[in-house]
Amino acid sequence: MAQTRTEKIVIDGLKARQTKERNFKFFGIFAVALAIAFLAILLISICSKGLPGFFQYYATFEVELTRERIDPRGDMSDQSLFEGEAKKIINEAVLEFTGAKKRNEKKAARSLLSNGSDLRLVNFVQKNTDKVNSRQKIKFALDDDADSFFRGYIKKQTPEKQRRLNDIEINYLEKMNEAGIITYEISDYLFFGSASRNAEMAGIKGAFIGSMLTLAVCFLIAFPLGVATAVYLEEFAPKNKFTELIEININNLAAVPSVVFGILGLAIFINLFGMPRSIPLIGGLVLALMTLPTIIISSRAAIKAVPPSIRDGALAIGASKMQATMHHVVPLAIPGMLTGTIIGMAQALGETAPLLMIGMVAFIVDIPGSITDPGTVLPVQIFMWADFAERMFVHKTSAAIIILLLFLMIMNGGAVWLRRKLERRW
Amino acid sequence: MIPATYIVTTLIGIFLFFLGKNRIKNICMNENKKPHSLNIYHGLFPAILSIVPPLILLSLWIICDDVIFDQMLKNRLPNNLIIEGKQTFLILLAAINNIADGIIVGEPERWMMDLAQKLIIWRGHSDSLISIITIICSFAFGLYALSFVKIDFRARNAVEKLIMIGLIICSLIAIITTIGIIFSVIFESIRFFKLVPIYEFLTGLTWNPEFEGAARAGSGQAGLSTYGSIPLFVGTFLISIIALSVSVPVGLLSAVYLSEYATKKIRGIFKPLLEILAGVPTVVYGFFAALTIAPFFRETGGLIGLDVASESALAAGFVMGIMIIPFVSSLSDDVIRAVPQSLRDAALGLGSTKSETIKKVVLPAALPGIVASIILAVSRAVGETMIVVMAAGLAANLSLNPLDAVTTVTAQIVTILVGDQEFESAKTLSAFALALTLIIITLILNFFALQIVKKYREKYD
Repeated sequence: MAQTRTEKIVIDGLKARQTKERNFKFFGIFAVALAIAFLAILLISICSKGLPGFFQYYATFEVELTRERIDPRGDMSDQSLFEGEAKKIINEAVLEFTGAKKRNEKKAARSLLSNGSDLRLVNFVQKNTDKVNSRQKIKFALDDDADSFFRGYIKKQTPEKQRRLNDIEINYLEKMNEAGIITYEISDYLFFGSASRNAEMAGIKGAFIGSMLTLAVCFLIAFPLGVATAVYLEEFAPKNKFTELIEININNLAAVPSVVFGILGLAIFINLFGMPRSIPLIGGLVLALMTLPTIIISSRAAIKAVPPSIRDGALAIGASKMQATMHHVVPLAIPGMLTGTIIGMAQALGETAPLLMIGMVAFIVDIPGSITDPGTVLPVQIFMWADFAERMFVHKTSAAIIILLLFLMIMNGGAVWLRRKLERRW
Repeated sequence: MIPATYIVTTLIGIFLFFLGKNRIKNICMNENKKPHSLNIYHGLFPAILSIVPPLILLSLWIICDDVIFDQMLKNRLPNNLIIEGKQTFLILLAAINNIADGIIVGEPERWMMDLAQKLIIWRGHSDSLISIITIICSFAFGLYALSFVKIDFRARNAVEKLIMIGLIICSLIAIITTIGIIFSVIFESIRFFKLVPIYEFLTGLTWNPEFEGAARAGSGQAGLSTYGSIPLFVGTFLISIIALSVSVPVGLLSAVYLSEYATKKIRGIFKPLLEILAGVPTVVYGFFAALTIAPFFRETGGLIGLDVASESALAAGFVMGIMIIPFVSSLSDDVIRAVPQSLRDAALGLGSTKSETIKKVVLPAALPGIVASIILAVSRAVGETMIVVMAAGLAANLSLNPLDAVTTVTAQIVTILVGDQEFESAKTLSAFALALTLIIITLILNFFALQIVKKYREKYD
């Protein structure tokens, strides 16, 4: 059959066009795959570093718990135990085990256990007062260099001058290992320790409690304010210049970079009102301002989703406007409002920059007991640890990141679940 | 004492609630008439009035009393004391406050102990005074409100008015905070521009605020600190461009694939997966950039003979690009799906392939929305802080080479303001000037994004 000129052009071009079609589709798949690959690399890199961070090496030693030495005042008070000879007792046990005689040998032997071992002994005694005056086996954390040796980061083959452990120390560590007193266990310091310059003792408890306090303040301020604002703007506000101004403001507030909220906190709360630095109260206030737009916008969407027939029905049977809103619209919109709030809280939980400015980056060992005690939060703790060069800090930082991500996943998962479970389609 | 006052006031409120409710009930029974409002409103009216205003008063007092005490302490400091600068004064006050709280470091001087003693007494007086005032106010307001409770009292209207006032106050707070941000930043910026001329800030080519402290300490040369912000903006620009060159192609193509080609099931899996990228905290990205991506770039650069700085713009920009992929993809996805199906059907009906339809019909139709999403992504990139602080470094190099270390506006704000600082120095104030420019840039970007969307939105409906 004879082809017309047009048909010929079309048929000739078909192959090239189909190739282009395939290529385009391939590019699309490639882009999605690339984005997913980035996510996978991110998660794998964090997990591969973080999972070892949940564990650390411990050495078990038998120590003689003599009452007079541990507790010179005899009343088991913190002060008395602090004055006792816990450190000396541990050192004696280590020296006995290693058989160190010379000065440098003794020094090497003493350096293998964590600096916080005496505190651990004191804690053990406080918990088990009945075991005083006997020989007890107690597990002590290894110093982070010794820990790195067992993890294989410090190798025996490297020349002595170039590694952080000398030959004597490595000999002792191998001796301990052969005696079977070295164990690799879940790190209790990670969960129950607080900020520390010693990698083996560092933990997230302080930062975690700080995060919870900050988040609580943030929620208590942002949720009522946000919901009230949303209800007013959506249900009652007249449409005039003034409410338009409020709306523009809220949208602008959502666009302002988070670091600017930190500046606001610094300039107003700390400089103007003279509030102390580093406290969860100010952290919560700053984060509340930051999450407020998120909550307002999602709450308004939730209120908008309630069909007008509900309002009309309530008004028709004689409810006032306020009653129709408070008794019918708001209860129906609550799931949507909560979803938005949880998402806002998740953002606040992961936020770092504004909290750096109000001084939550300070090195604080004490665990905050109230919203006016100085403290820090998980993301800031991660930021601080990321600066330390020790291998163990890299592991602990990643472990802290995993914990943070788990919490974010739970919160966001909760929001999705809430949306599926409670939100009604009309 | 103060917590007890909160509880007592609340109890008074609850008590008045039942009092009001019972009172209207009794009146009704006696007069055998129906009241205007439900009983509950007659209870709520006195309860709200007896709880809310006194507690606001109490809270305001608690916030303000420290400031007042500081003033009173200031007037009672020994005359012969030499105080240098605001900072030392603040430290002195903090020391006295600490002693009053029972935290005594070392051996404080005699007069400090005396003042601390006084402070404790003042605090006690102030607490008892405000507690008494609060409780009296609570009773007075409540009983006054209770006197209104009558058969024809429009209690519901009164309560609704009170609630309405509360709602309006809450919405005003959003405005107040924006004004607060703008004013605190503008105010401090003006102080900065008094010290450093504005044209020097906007056109200077070197950013070097560190010398000031050094000059005061005796080392370094006075007057050498320079506040030219061009390198910071170039750095911000460079990193944003790198981030966009990662996120725009990947985000846009993913959006096209997920909205046009993918089946519903695939879309349901991959869209949330992509959005996880936006939910990861930025500090995690910063850690990832500094520990994984930067060394990787440096080593690959070394293999092909490129000298990559250990804190390069490339690493920070690349990771930031990953972070903003979902911003581009989600928003673009929404606008692509908003393009009416009839346009696609028409193009397909004329014999174009799917990709031709997308390239020649769907994307042009969705272009305004896509541009807006890219602008929003830019404003995200400009304001991003932690990744640059952790991965891009602080060296204010004026360079467009992505392999160099550069710094950004946000990173400088953080470095300047972290730790102790005095509010009088040009260095601290410069952070506010930077913040002001940052706010202006993001607001302009947002404004344009909104305008584009608004202007072209209804075109295909």
